[in-house]
Amino acid sequence: MRVSNRTLGNIKLGLSYLVILLGVVFVLFPVVWTFSSSLNPGTSLFSSDMSIIPKEVTLKHYRDLFAETNFGLWYRNTLKVATATSMVTVLLVTFTAHAFSRLKFYGRKVGLVAMLALQLFPGIMNMVANYVLLSLVGLLDTHLGLIIIYASGAIPYNTWLMKGYMDGISRSLEEAAIIDGASSWTIMWKIIFPLVLPMVSVIGIFSFVAPFGDFLFARLVLTTPQNWTLAVGLRDFISGRYGQRYTQFAAGSLLAALPITILYLSLQSLLNGGLTRGSVKG
Amino acid sequence: MDTQRKLMTSNDSNIGRHTSALLSLIYMGAGQIANGQWVKGLFLILVETLVIIPNIPLLLRTLKGLVTLGEVPMQDHSLFMIIYGIIAAFATVFIILIYLLNIRDAYENGYSVERKPKEKGLKATFRHTRESGFPYLILAPGLACILFFTVLPMVFNIILAFTNYDLYHSPPKHILQWVGFKNFVEFLSTSSWSITFKNVLIWTVVWAVLSTLTMYFLGLIMAVILNNPRIKFRKTFRTILILPYAIPGFISILIWKGLLNTNFGIVNKILAGTFGIQPIPWFESVFWTRFACVLVNLWLGFPYSMMLITGILQGLPNDIYEAATVDGASSFQKFRFITVPLVLFAVAPLLIMSFAHNFNNFNIIYLLNDGNPPVFGQQGKAGGSDILISWVYKLTFEALKFNFAAAMSIIIFLLIVGFSIYNYTRTRSFREEDMLR
Repeated sequence: MRVSNRTLGNIKLGLSYLVILLGVVFVLFPVVWTFSSSLNPGTSLFSSDMSIIPKEVTLKHYRDLFAETNFGLWYRNTLKVATATSMVTVLLVTFTAHAFSRLKFYGRKVGLVAMLALQLFPGIMNMVANYVLLSLVGLLDTHLGLIIIYASGAIPYNTWLMKGYMDGISRSLEEAAIIDGASSWTIMWKIIFPLVLPMVSVIGIFSFVAPFGDFLFARLVLTTPQNWTLAVGLRDFISGRYGQRYTQFAAGSLLAALPITILYLSLQSLLNGGLTRGSVKG
Repeated sequence: MDTQRKLMTSNDSNIGRHTSALLSLIYMGAGQIANGQWVKGLFLILVETLVIIPNIPLLLRTLKGLVTLGEVPMQDHSLFMIIYGIIAAFATVFIILIYLLNIRDAYENGYSVERKPKEKGLKATFRHTRESGFPYLILAPGLACILFFTVLPMVFNIILAFTNYDLYHSPPKHILQWVGFKNFVEFLSTSSWSITFKNVLIWTVVWAVLSTLTMYFLGLIMAVILNNPRIKFRKTFRTILILPYAIPGFISILIWKGLLNTNFGIVNKILAGTFGIQPIPWFESVFWTRFACVLVNLWLGFPYSMMLITGILQGLPNDIYEAATVDGASSFQKFRFITVPLVLFAVAPLLIMSFAHNFNNFNIIYLLNDGNPPVFGQQGKAGGSDILISWVYKLTFEALKFNFAAAMSIIIFLLIVGFSIYNYTRTRSFREEDMLR
């Protein structure tokens, strides 16, 4: 018997939905499970009553996070470091990208290639030197030291991203401004900067998010628990005697991930656009 | 014409470009003063007299420290001496650059004075200086950061690779020694080390290829399915599927670490409960740890490629598909012969970037299982799922073999640079085939 085109189409559609469903389960499973463990009365991964749908629901772990641990402090530290990193990065990147995109100076070409090459050198390999350097200038265990490291690491890549975007802006506006006697400083802030705001926000958000996800440098630089960022603190919950404070970790990681997730999902198209453009150019 | 020339030679501040360049070579700023630029000239003279000359002994002493690496243990700290030495080297280069620019400036101004003597007033000079210095002014903060926190550490790393800095020779108790290429030779020719290196390198390449391919494959499938207008709630599905991208990767990896726990993890519980499968040793066997790394990377990474490919699909011209339909192509044929090649073409450079990224994807490997399980006979604490970069980390912070770690980071850097250059040329020629344009 010949299967009609219509049935075949429906089978295909059904298969498509099946694949989507599998994908959705794959994606949501860890998230849902973490959410339900955060509501679970037990404390560790070892608790036998851990299941997808908790039998009992409690908000105890959320309360404990703030009452018994430094979680609130870590949250504040992270927000502080993230905000400062983002602002410093945007400022420095706007400067360097403006110079590379709009101005002429000796060493421009060499500088651009050097930026590209520097980006290939993984930051982890700088750790020992960064540590010695920070201890020399007395910035170990300070947020300032961490901010400087994050911002410096972000410059080469983001400069390329921003330069690519700036290159797309027509020169006629600047030329008109120069004829009107505007200084270079005015041109940079009053003419170019407003036009690159979309890329500024992309870079701003990416560099704001980075400190939430970095464990290595934060661990290296910050030694006192009061100074830790979320990443270091959360990792501490589940390292050592493994899984002892798993439910607390689950609650904490949900709270830590929430703002970032909302930020990303609501700015999807903007970030996606910046990402695609940047990746092609970079 | 003649009168003009006379006017010029009669101007007493005109001494010619060669003379002023020579003057500036002898002492910074002298040529500028001869050209009539008093403010700039005086400033440069002051800089040379008060800043450069007094500091030359210090510079030389610090540079010498970079050569000797210290003489008295406990008093000379070799690491600090290296850092200071590098900074002194930067400063020397910087001073030479300023000196050269000063000579060039005198030359050029001498030239313009020769051509039209009474050119600018003081105010114009100020404005000119400010505007021509503007690029350097706005570059300075960013470049300073890069210089100190990226370039300096790189140079430091390269230097360490040629010293004997390890657990048994650590400052300030010991003075570091230069050892030439000994680290590289030992690293690549001692059989236990070279075997470990070979194992780790092979897994690194396999890992980079596997993780990139799986990620793009799933991303492609999801993007194509969700691009079909007959599917309902496409936007909602897309948003759900993008979720892993929106959660900080570090947190996701730690969550997965809990999910996959061999004894208590939910994944093994479900597998045992529904299929009666024996607990899978996710973190105890080399194969399963590697599998877990690829799986978690797939979860983390496919939304990114899905987003990229969705963007590409939406930009594909519709008429090709219509033409194919007219020619009687099935939807699989359309997928295989139109979508895949076009997407691949657009995605190729990004695929390569992802490969390079995964090659150094420290986070997944280290946070998921610390690069473990341990493998008997491997040197430098290299575990079964360690890739080069996580091994460097372990060599540094666990085995405390700083010299080997530095040597290996140079090897990694060379590998990546070579790969990138090769790719750059390949992609260029690929592009030049002009498939789409």
